[in-house]
Amino acid sequence: MKERVLLKGGRVVDPSQGIDEPLDVLLDSGVVEALGKASAKGAEVIDVSGLVVCPGFIDLHVHLREPGREDKETIATGTRAAAAGGFTAVCAMPNTEPVNDQAGITRFILDRARAEGAVRVYPIGAITKGSMGEEIAEYGDLREAGCVAVSDDGRPVASARVFRRALEYAKAFDLTVIDHCEEPTLAQGASMNEGPVATLLGLRGNPSAGEAMIVERDVLLADLTGGKVHVAHLSTALGAEAVRRGKARGVRVTAEATPHHMLLTDSLVKESGYDTSTKMNPPLRSESDREALLEALRDGTVDCIATDHAPHAVDDKKCEYDLAAFGIVGLETAVALCLDRLVGAGVVDLPRLVALLSTNPARVLGLPGGTLAPGSPADVTVLDLARKVKVDPARFESRGRNSPFGGWSLKGGPAMTLVGGRVVFTA
Amino acid sequence: MSHPAGYLVRQELMDRERLARTLARMAHEIVERHPDMAGAALVGVRTRGVPLALRLAGLVKAACGVAPPVGALDITLYRDDLTMIAPHPVMKGTDIGFSIDHRTVVLVDDVLFTGRTVRAALDELVDFGRPARIELAVLVDRGHRELPIRADYVGKSLTTSRDDVVQVMLREEDGQDRVVLLEKERARSAAGKGRKKPVGRRRGTGSRKKGKGK
Amino acid sequence: MKAYPHRHLLGIEELSPEHVQTILDTADGLREVLDRPIKKVPALRGKTVVNLFYEPSTRTRASFEVAEKVLSADSLSITTATSSVQKGETLLDTARNLEAMNPDMIVIRHSSSGAPHFLARHCRSAIVNAGDGAHEHPTQALLDALTLRQKKGRLKGLRVAIVGDLLHSRVMRSNVWLLTKMGADVVLCAPPTLVPPGIEALAPVTHRIDEAVEGADAVMMLRIQRERMTGGFYPSDREYHLRFGLTAARAARAKKDVLILHPGPMNRGVEIASEVADGPYSVILDQVTNGVAVRMAVLYLLLGGSAEAVA
Repeated sequence: MKERVLLKGGRVVDPSQGIDEPLDVLLDSGVVEALGKASAKGAEVIDVSGLVVCPGFIDLHVHLREPGREDKETIATGTRAAAAGGFTAVCAMPNTEPVNDQAGITRFILDRARAEGAVRVYPIGAITKGSMGEEIAEYGDLREAGCVAVSDDGRPVASARVFRRALEYAKAFDLTVIDHCEEPTLAQGASMNEGPVATLLGLRGNPSAGEAMIVERDVLLADLTGGKVHVAHLSTALGAEAVRRGKARGVRVTAEATPHHMLLTDSLVKESGYDTSTKMNPPLRSESDREALLEALRDGTVDCIATDHAPHAVDDKKCEYDLAAFGIVGLETAVALCLDRLVGAGVVDLPRLVALLSTNPARVLGLPGGTLAPGSPADVTVLDLARKVKVDPARFESRGRNSPFGGWSLKGGPAMTLVGGRVVFTA
Repeated sequence: MSHPAGYLVRQELMDRERLARTLARMAHEIVERHPDMAGAALVGVRTRGVPLALRLAGLVKAACGVAPPVGALDITLYRDDLTMIAPHPVMKGTDIGFSIDHRTVVLVDDVLFTGRTVRAALDELVDFGRPARIELAVLVDRGHRELPIRADYVGKSLTTSRDDVVQVMLREEDGQDRVVLLEKERARSAAGKGRKKPVGRRRGTGSRKKGKGK
Repeated sequence: MKAYPHRHLLGIEELSPEHVQTILDTADGLREVLDRPIKKVPALRGKTVVNLFYEPSTRTRASFEVAEKVLSADSLSITTATSSVQKGETLLDTARNLEAMNPDMIVIRHSSSGAPHFLARHCRSAIVNAGDGAHEHPTQALLDALTLRQKKGRLKGLRVAIVGDLLHSRVMRSNVWLLTKMGADVVLCAPPTLVPPGIEALAPVTHRIDEAVEGADAVMMLRIQRERMTGGFYPSDREYHLRFGLTAARAARAKKDVLILHPGPMNRGVEIASEVADGPYSVILDQVTNGVAVRMAVLYLLLGGSAEAVA
């Protein structure tokens, strides 16, 4: 492939520059060279007429499972899934085996990503050693090795004192602390949202108040310390309200929401007859929570859409509901779901969606990309708004098949993914 | 009571009077064989065997002054075609309020056809005890036996086509006393062609399964 | 009569009132078999039923086994104590191994809610739920209903109080579904810590047992499931008995001919006083007979017929 690529005839949607118009995009030597009428001389011309050209999508919340659980996913398969889903970069959560709480592990991940990764991988380090919630990890080393944030995702930092120290110490290295907001004693033994559906199914419930109180705590501590907190997978109305109030007070808080929490509710657990692909943490919530989340998406309380891509081996899911692993895969369904059910349904417009998937994630963690401004990385997501997508987990690039969206018919999806000016996926 | 869908009346076999006369004759035959009715009992096979047994018991009493005890047999759980039929027959239960040991039991049913109902009834009856003797009384014997079974008291014998249905209606169950022979409505072409078909039993067909006619 | 359309019995929730009626009527018709000199009929000869019990259970398992024997089904019981379950075999592997024997039905008791649904999705056999986690215990509710109907002549309009550990009780869930479907007035009673959220959508809840029992035609006592009590739902057995237990004085607030039902095993002196448990309104022995009749009806309806229509 040539170093120079001209994406010709597409509609460019780049909220970072307020652009939504037909423009050609010239990429050269891994960066965006120019927008608009540019000389195609010596460039490979790719006809993208009828398609939408966006700054590359960035998923802040992905579990690549390597090192340690290569049976569930590897950096190679996870990043191929990302490319196929229209993402040019993913942030890798540290709950691998061992946990990414040391620079050596961060470097291992980055080495693997360079060797086999289809898209960019930004490791996230652990907040505490071993993600045990007790002693904070070596943020300086982690940052230097390439970590872009810290998180103990998968579990909350139960101790307010430890979380406060993390927020304070992370400031020294300009790291954002990403929290999995869940009050652990309330969520103990739960396998779905607490409420009438859990009652009928006889499953132990995880109450929405348990998320909200930790979001509140984190906002208060971010206020107290001046640290930056990012709320992972916001799922409740109360949690969204806590973020909204924090933002209004000027606290440095941001939040992400997943497509599944915005599109599905806990009633699916019942309708599916205890299908374990409806089990994740935080759990699918009530319809009023879902509606509140969409409102939070509209009013800017939610900064970005992330997938919480959590692949599992078949055996981890093909079992009793309460024994099944938490999590679903999301990289290969997120963009199509958002185009059909958020843009198509009129919840947000296309430029806002691109901001939620690209510009804002880049801004939240200070990552390169999220824009097509000349000089920025040549990471591009091309969308086909007319493409008919039928979700078929058997054909995922990911090793995980655990999706509640199997069989869904969607309109719109990724058409092409370019990382550093190279095409890594074509539909 | 209406006839099963797809069937037409071919022949009236009995009206109320004829039915009454037939039962009276059968009762006399029973008394003839068992003059004092000592140790005899009647057991009707549900559904229509039960009212027939009760009527016969009344007639027997009128003839000899002794009313034999009457029981009811629900053979549902002894059928050999239970898994081939749907819907499920309603379980009404067996009710034999006396010991059948050492008695002569006259089994009563409305129609004798393949003999399978009687086979089931015999199987069930012997699970209740050891009768000295079991006899069989039927209102109509329509032939086509699939088992070596014959009736001791027969109201009426007649020759039928296998696809025909003998429908016995009793006022206790159906509001009127009447016995008719029904035949299947046939396509206009080649009347009688269907009769030459092999007579293998087909799943789910035949009114036996409805407990209406036999 | 319409055909019974369900292939499995996973819960009461999905049954229509007509189907409940069909099961109860069939059980009524079958109960007589248990009084016969030879308590065996050939109805399910040649059918194989596997009883797969992942939780200890004496009465439910025994009841299913008797029902299977009476109907002449070949049955085989596997419990956690005697199977490869303890060797760490997954539920699916166990079920698939059993399927190789080509059973017609699997009766399953499991501590995980939804385990019967999981088997129904992955196995060919008919599945009967003999109690799953805190979800449902359909045959228990059916036998309770059969007992109530037998003693009271009806279900519609009966006032039934269900008292005790509502939170962990599958018996409560199945009973609430069944009784409300059949037109009974159900009231639930428990300390607030043992009330599952949202249950009041199905039946009113009170925290005062006197109020619940007042004028009741029947009181169903639920067992305090100590093995599931992980963390202080009530301060002590003493206080529970004092505030929420069924004492003779409280039972006297119900109708004169009140029936006391308990799915067993009982914690005497906690949810129920011995004098009540052994009192004249207790129908625990009828429940045992009815349990067999109801399970016979379920076996008969699920295995005795095909879905083919009659010509």
